[in-house]
Amino acid sequence: MSDIDYKQKGGFLAPLKNLQFFGRKPVTESLDPRPASENYRGFHLNDWEACVGCSTCQKVCDNAAITMVRVPELRDDPGQGIRNLRPAIDYGRCCWCALCVDLCPTGSISLSREYVHTCVDAELDSYFILPDSSGMHGTPFPKGWAKSDDADMVALKRSAMAEMPPEERVDNFEEIVAGYTDNQAIIEASRCVQCGMCHDACPTHMHAPEYIRAIWQGEFEQAVREIYRTNPFAHTCGRVCTHRCETACSVGHRGEPVAIRWLKRYAMDKVPQDRVKAIVGEQRPSFVTGKQVAVIGAGPAGLTAAFDLARMGHQVTVYEAEAEGGGMTRYGIPYYRLPPDSLDRDIDVIASMGVQFRYSTRVGRDITLEQLRKESDAVLIAVGLWMGRSTRVPGSEHKDVRRAVTLLRDVANGQEIRVPRRAVVIGGGNVAMDIARTLSRLQRQRYGSAAVTVTALEDWEHFLADPDEIREAREEGIAIHDARGPQQIVIEDGTIRGLRTWKVMSIFDEQGRFAPKYDESDEQLHEGDMVIEAIGQASDVSLLGDDLTEALEWNRGRLQVDDTGRTSLDWLWAAGDMVRGPDVVSAVADGHRVATSINEYLSVQEQAT
Amino acid sequence: MRPENYEARRQPPSYEYELNIGPNHPGIEGNYAVKLRLHGDTVIDSRADAGYLHRGFEKLMEGRLWIQNLAITPRICVPDPVPMEVSYCLAVEELCGLEVPERALYLRVIQLELSRLAAHLFTFGGHAATTGMYTPMFWGIADRDQILDLFEELSGGRVYHIYNIPGGVRRDHPEGWLQRVADTIDYIESRLPDYDNLLFHNQVFVQRARGIGAISQQDALDWAVTGPNLRACGLAFDVRRDDPYLVYDRLDFEIPTEEAGDAWARILVRRSELFESIRIIRQCLERLPSIAGPIRCPIPNPLAWNVPAGSVYTRVESSKGELAWYVVSDGSERPYRTHVRGPSQMHAVQVLEKLSTGARIEDVAQIMFSLDACPPEVDR
Repeated sequence: MSDIDYKQKGGFLAPLKNLQFFGRKPVTESLDPRPASENYRGFHLNDWEACVGCSTCQKVCDNAAITMVRVPELRDDPGQGIRNLRPAIDYGRCCWCALCVDLCPTGSISLSREYVHTCVDAELDSYFILPDSSGMHGTPFPKGWAKSDDADMVALKRSAMAEMPPEERVDNFEEIVAGYTDNQAIIEASRCVQCGMCHDACPTHMHAPEYIRAIWQGEFEQAVREIYRTNPFAHTCGRVCTHRCETACSVGHRGEPVAIRWLKRYAMDKVPQDRVKAIVGEQRPSFVTGKQVAVIGAGPAGLTAAFDLARMGHQVTVYEAEAEGGGMTRYGIPYYRLPPDSLDRDIDVIASMGVQFRYSTRVGRDITLEQLRKESDAVLIAVGLWMGRSTRVPGSEHKDVRRAVTLLRDVANGQEIRVPRRAVVIGGGNVAMDIARTLSRLQRQRYGSAAVTVTALEDWEHFLADPDEIREAREEGIAIHDARGPQQIVIEDGTIRGLRTWKVMSIFDEQGRFAPKYDESDEQLHEGDMVIEAIGQASDVSLLGDDLTEALEWNRGRLQVDDTGRTSLDWLWAAGDMVRGPDVVSAVADGHRVATSINEYLSVQEQAT
Repeated sequence: MRPENYEARRQPPSYEYELNIGPNHPGIEGNYAVKLRLHGDTVIDSRADAGYLHRGFEKLMEGRLWIQNLAITPRICVPDPVPMEVSYCLAVEELCGLEVPERALYLRVIQLELSRLAAHLFTFGGHAATTGMYTPMFWGIADRDQILDLFEELSGGRVYHIYNIPGGVRRDHPEGWLQRVADTIDYIESRLPDYDNLLFHNQVFVQRARGIGAISQQDALDWAVTGPNLRACGLAFDVRRDDPYLVYDRLDFEIPTEEAGDAWARILVRRSELFESIRIIRQCLERLPSIAGPIRCPIPNPLAWNVPAGSVYTRVESSKGELAWYVVSDGSERPYRTHVRGPSQMHAVQVLEKLSTGARIEDVAQIMFSLDACPPEVDR
């Protein structure tokens, strides 16, 4: 059992054997500083270039030893998910557990191989430091415990969402993505480190960390409550938002960002519509102000403003030229991306707040703006960008040269359109993809096969459409040509034969102005019997009438508004795409902004009377 | 009161007096006091006095995320921190149903046994010092430091390793570390005869330790004494063998026992366990290189980790005895309740009081150290 003879009583001579040690050289440790082992958890190092100030280190710190300190000279760019905050460490609290290192999303924090820090009483503050990559004492001790593959605790992989395969979706308008299952959603929600970069980056500052956490906790109604604090277009944004939150997501710096948009969609789909209405109804005011506001245009901006103003107790009437609400989200976005029933549910919630709708009422035709002004205390114009721009290349006057927005609207309205055998789309943005994919679906429905070509001015590196859109369009068999400048629409015997393009060398000149340069030797003819222009939109402001157009201030063809969305006339506001350019979530943000401004104006009026 | 009026109060003659040992004294591995009532050199009453180290771990842990508690656990017993980490991780793993990769299991066993070696060397030296022999203490601390070097290389920390994590360990071992472990345990084994010469073959120590602080097996069981203190009473109970965890059921080792139950028997058991620990580490070193695979199973984001509701009691054999966590989860991201069974709690309070009563004053410190009483485990 044991290697000692413990039965013996113990002698007197054995201990003397250890006298041999008197003759040995004593072991001494050098007092010179030496680096510790390679994994040592010494003082913090932080690579300020890599750090984005997300404060995850602060959240996981056991001892609240980390304080985020603002360093004004560093870059602060919420859109890219970069804050000028950097962690400062209180070594009176730090226990050197290095969880800050293992959980750092960017991998900027590490610990050095430096052992010792001492100070005199007067320097006690030196235990509170703002580490950068130079180390505790400015002496370059090497990195100790740092991010490694086996120590990383950040979940870098996104849970994949099921998608309809290309061969099933090419001939119908069913929604492509399936939405998360319960399990997928909870796993995806659990990846969030609650840094709030998404909140800062979102135009309307949605409370994404809060609703993601609520989803993770299984409290879906709470998630809906958090979503509706800032966004009444919850279903819509859960599907087609440009998700700047995901660009800014701190997990996305080394891995895939948290699927914030899909999580929003999951929460909205999870809660029944009557419960959503009940939850949003909690915000319904118990009073009425007696003020009347007219909103022109039932798109995201107009309806968000209407929703907010209704929450503030005002009487809101929305005038919409089309038969249904939603604006460009209904008539510009194909159903495979945004099914109309999602939009119906959003509008249903807004209507349940007491907003009145007057559909198929075009201001300027069915009712004049002057009339609205008399009936209302304030008027908001949010009519969007409904006029497609033209390339004005030779042949673009032909009847089979169509604008993408009007064509998309006709399809959404269920109108019979002429479906070309072969179509050529000019443009490289999401609208170009939308019309190309819509037409290819219609072609397959009608002719059994599709032939759509997209020609974009931009090359692949500067492409405007979302990478997902490009991938899906190609999967559906759409040919996309980059860096092609339209030169002429070739017409023979009154019918279109195709689009002639040159290779684009550069788009902008040295001053950054639009002045494309072409390589004329590289000419192509893209065959087709219809050409669709998807190169941008403009606003139809004819409803203003001549007098108002004259009275208002303009800026490069756009209505001039101040920071709050108010025009140069005190009773008139403008919001949405016509002011900010096309984007759903920016329109929602704009809606909130003008609603606040209108409310302030109405409150001042109230006090004056 | 003016000095010229001062007159000492006359008191009846007494042969009894009180003596406080502690809270700082060499007979203990932390801050802890014993209040003795003495008659001459003989202790006639003894009261253990804890509370100098109370940090409120169990309550603290209720307010922290599961992962944040990792940093607290090793602080419960400084000389032997690994069993705290491992048993806490075992508790979380059992609640979550995590499957720990084999490689991590072996790395944990190596740590546990290195930690036991370090702790026993510490106790060895301490026990010798309480009998006035300081050489084994210096040796014990110096040799223990070589093990701490190994821990520094492995985990980045010398004492508080925070290296185990629910699901496995935080890193793989560095290059060449296994060889250095092998060299170090060879060295420690080669040192054992020197310790033997100074302690077990030394008439002075034998006479001082024999028959001191003896406890019967029945008393030990009644007081829930575990570990080397129980095995020194002749009962071969060891959690590693009787309720195996990690890979102990695949390792070959003995459970040393003694019959006498006194200080001498207790240090003999520890001496034999040093040898067994070296054997266990050698087996692990032999097998570990052939075990491929990850060192940790996938775990959730530590900031969003709900541990399923339930309660578990996970025990490991520390150098002091049966160390266990009782962890209750209500399904949230923080423990609902944690309780640690620090083995010293059982033998450092009432058992110490009983054993020191009737002893001579010079033996009280030795009794304490021979019990391996670790105050941080009592106070927590």
